[in-house]
Amino acid sequence: MSALPLIAHDRPDAVIAWRHGQPICAQQFLLDVAALAQRLPASMHVLNFCADRYRFAVGLGAALVRGKCSILPSAHAPEVIRQLRAFAPDVFCLSDDPQCPIALPQLLYTDASAATASAPADFQVPLIAATQRAGYLFTSGSSGAPVPHAKTWGKLVRCVHAEVSRLPVADLAGCAILGTVPAQHMYGFESTVMLPLQCGAALCAERPFFPADIAAALQAVPGPRVLVSTPLHLRALLAAAQALPPLELIVSATAMLPAGLAREVESRYHAPLLEIYGSTETGEMASRRTAREEQWQLFPDVQLSTDAQHCWAHGGHIEQRTALVDVLEPSGAGRFLLHGRTADLVNIAGKRSSLAHLNHQLQSIAGVQDGAYFVRDDAQASLAGVTRLGALVVAPKLDAASILQALRQRIDPAFLPRPLLLVEQLPRNATGKLPQHTLRALTALAAEQQPHLFA
Amino acid sequence: MSQPALPTQPSPPPDPLALERELAQLIVKGLNLPLQPDQIDPEAALYGEGLGLDSIDILEIALIVSKQYGIQLRADNQENTQIFRSLRHFARYVAEQRVK
Repeated sequence: MSALPLIAHDRPDAVIAWRHGQPICAQQFLLDVAALAQRLPASMHVLNFCADRYRFAVGLGAALVRGKCSILPSAHAPEVIRQLRAFAPDVFCLSDDPQCPIALPQLLYTDASAATASAPADFQVPLIAATQRAGYLFTSGSSGAPVPHAKTWGKLVRCVHAEVSRLPVADLAGCAILGTVPAQHMYGFESTVMLPLQCGAALCAERPFFPADIAAALQAVPGPRVLVSTPLHLRALLAAAQALPPLELIVSATAMLPAGLAREVESRYHAPLLEIYGSTETGEMASRRTAREEQWQLFPDVQLSTDAQHCWAHGGHIEQRTALVDVLEPSGAGRFLLHGRTADLVNIAGKRSSLAHLNHQLQSIAGVQDGAYFVRDDAQASLAGVTRLGALVVAPKLDAASILQALRQRIDPAFLPRPLLLVEQLPRNATGKLPQHTLRALTALAAEQQPHLFA
Repeated sequence: MSQPALPTQPSPPPDPLALERELAQLIVKGLNLPLQPDQIDPEAALYGEGLGLDSIDILEIALIVSKQYGIQLRADNQENTQIFRSLRHFARYVAEQRVK
């Protein structure tokens, strides 16, 4: 395998995207890719910030045909962008937002289609070298700097075909795939962009947010329809008793889906729900029909091995042997049980980080002498099932509002602490460690003294 | 799933300030915000700075007003910036749109 086609659509008039209820054909997509490719500057690295999924896909295609590498960070806070510039000094931002907040050289891409498809005489799908570095995705490192994970075109394509082989749908070609997740994160990138491009389906440009938006966006496209979503959005759909048009398939990832919720979704929407397991490092690597089975099945050729410390994933589309951050129990024949996350990891409504990373960011704020995040009890979950993190901070000269303001510059707002408690000192033990149970005890004490800070 | 139960549906409040207070209570309870309902400045922005809500909160608020008032929020609604400008603007929108 030396070169692989950019898209799997084999006819110029095959629908490759839906945008505002209008179809866009494969020929048009290739013309848009070629037109944007000519506009890209000489730099190697493109931060693709396009919110419109069609423009994102055109941006990805244009970067690929020009041999460029797409940069897809997990957050866009100013501090993250500064660190990205250190990683790739030539990086520029491809954005469809004229008020784009990213502090990088900008290439604005707001036109839907630069050229109009005429006679479909010359339909040539570009071939991309399998070894070409197509993108970098990032995880938040415990040292504060984002950790890059390189993705080659060949492995990305292989991962999507592995995913397709697990989907309980005979043929995705001709399906409209709607995502409630952004294209810039690994799951959204694979399942809402790469999947439609590589299996002849149509992506939906919109990224609906509220339950009523999801219904309207699905209504705007013809069947068969696939919904790519998260436990957060699925729970919201059920809580709002939202009616949806018929679905062929529902896909969920980013956070563990409770079996009860999976069964409710399947029975409410009369469609199979496939849950996908993966990470930024490995990409999607396993799936299960959560309503019916507890065990996960690995994607073809992916393997697990365990040592004293970790469970490792390797083989198949996985770029390199990777220590998994979750607790997995292999049960043979490519199957495993998932027992949750290792202690340091946090997942807030599908957004992942680690306590080490968040603590580092908190402690890096000028005026903060010490600080530590803690995990709150799940019993404190909100209506949509989200439990936030709390933090204890030693900062005699700062107030909570200014600390939150500084954190906002550094991390995704989902990780802003609730509550943020100012204390005189943290009860570190002799080795400087702060056991979570000590933090919780201190928090309980603070809750007694300042009950208004706790809901 | 452990979810806090919403309070039973109150009778429609007669004046805008009462609706504001009711919404403040629903938001603080529904989002587990670490403050008292009367600590929400009715003129401060709900989103981002100000009250500091993020997109997850806004989704939660959509669920709350859908259950409580039968209102379906839509992201492509041109008025959204206006709606979430403050608790006061939000209360005005709910008063206009509520069907229960």
